[in-house]
Amino acid sequence: MTPPHHLEIKDLSLSRGGKRLLTGLNFELSSGEWLHLQGDNGVGKTSLLRMLCSLAPPDQGGVFWGKQNIQDDLPTYLRNIFFVGHKLALKEELSPVENLRVECALMDVHASESELTDAMAHFGLRGKEHVPLGILSQGQKRRVALAKLKLARAPLWILDEPLVALDAPTVVLFNQLVQTHVTAGGMVILTSHQAIEFGCAGRTLVLRS
Amino acid sequence: MNAFWAILQRDLRVAMNRKVEVLSGLFFYLVVATLFPLAIGSDLDILRRIAPGILWVGALLSSMLTLGRLFEADWQDGSLEQLALTPHPLPLLVLAKILSHWTLCGLPLVLVAPVLGLMFDLPSQYVWVLTGTLVLGTPVLSCLGAIASALTLGLRGGGVLISLLVLPLFVPVLVFGTGAVEALAAGLGTQAYFSILTAMLLPALFFSPWACAAALRVALE
Repeated sequence: MTPPHHLEIKDLSLSRGGKRLLTGLNFELSSGEWLHLQGDNGVGKTSLLRMLCSLAPPDQGGVFWGKQNIQDDLPTYLRNIFFVGHKLALKEELSPVENLRVECALMDVHASESELTDAMAHFGLRGKEHVPLGILSQGQKRRVALAKLKLARAPLWILDEPLVALDAPTVVLFNQLVQTHVTAGGMVILTSHQAIEFGCAGRTLVLRS
Repeated sequence: MNAFWAILQRDLRVAMNRKVEVLSGLFFYLVVATLFPLAIGSDLDILRRIAPGILWVGALLSSMLTLGRLFEADWQDGSLEQLALTPHPLPLLVLAKILSHWTLCGLPLVLVAPVLGLMFDLPSQYVWVLTGTLVLGTPVLSCLGAIASALTLGLRGGGVLISLLVLPLFVPVLVFGTGAVEALAAGLGTQAYFSILTAMLLPALFFSPWACAAALRVALE
């Protein structure tokens, strides 16, 4: 996780479908911090996260990784982020392990078979490794998606509503995972309608239109 | 390169677990090719003459049928976003998807074409020339179709739009594909037709992934 990283959002404006959502947004995030984005439905949380992932361009302002605008060196930035969105990017026809293996190849992570099963076991999916993902419940699918985090080596995690459909014990496991990541010098940006406290340095930012 | 193989393998494996989608294109091709002799009658001279055209038009329509789904599933389950967020060049990953589409939807057509050729009583030399043109031509269909599929991603009624966008582009492939058999029948060489089809295939393979990647990025915004 070294050297320390720094993300800065400067004077950012973004709109969606011709409607201005956010203007003049500034914030910073350094290694070992988390940021919880809160706000009413439709205020632009997901749009902001998609923009932080470089999936959508901002109207104005920019996102800086270190001192560099992310658009100047996108591959480097993409190597440093990991995104889990509303849609989980999992194939129903494949087993959870096969899904994780594809994900690892895309992330350039060399994970052994035991690392894959360990990641799943962390989220209580032992014994579900080789069943088709399609027969798992919504919450279990989300756990498979979160198991990706266990394998990801990227310092910055960008998570869109990661707690949806999770039961209370899994929320605790997730919190532990985030805490370990952040204390090891990682960074997490997430949206959630639930109040969260990870027990390490971080803050909540409430978005208003 | 690892990511390229991962995507190729993933798409093939997904298709193996969802056979209906793969087989629908092949069965459509078989049915279309079988309907013509039933409608036209059993005059072998006529059948022999129209066989290359029918087998080629059947291949065009069959690949149209399967093209709509090329990026659709990935778009709906969020995999497409994830592909765009890897540090790997998106065109490379798109090429893997095009290749898997051809393996699943183009290659089966190439493989059954000789059998269908025999059904139309084509002499074996004609059958091989026809199959050869399909080997070179069907990947072009996948490449061109992928661009249309990426452009219409997320549009309502995208399927119809794909046909309108793509069928005109398929015309040169069709003309030179069937032309090779005509040339053989007229006692001329077929070499030129194969060269032209190859000359269409190579740029299509090279440029189509870039065009698709650009269209997909717009769709993701």
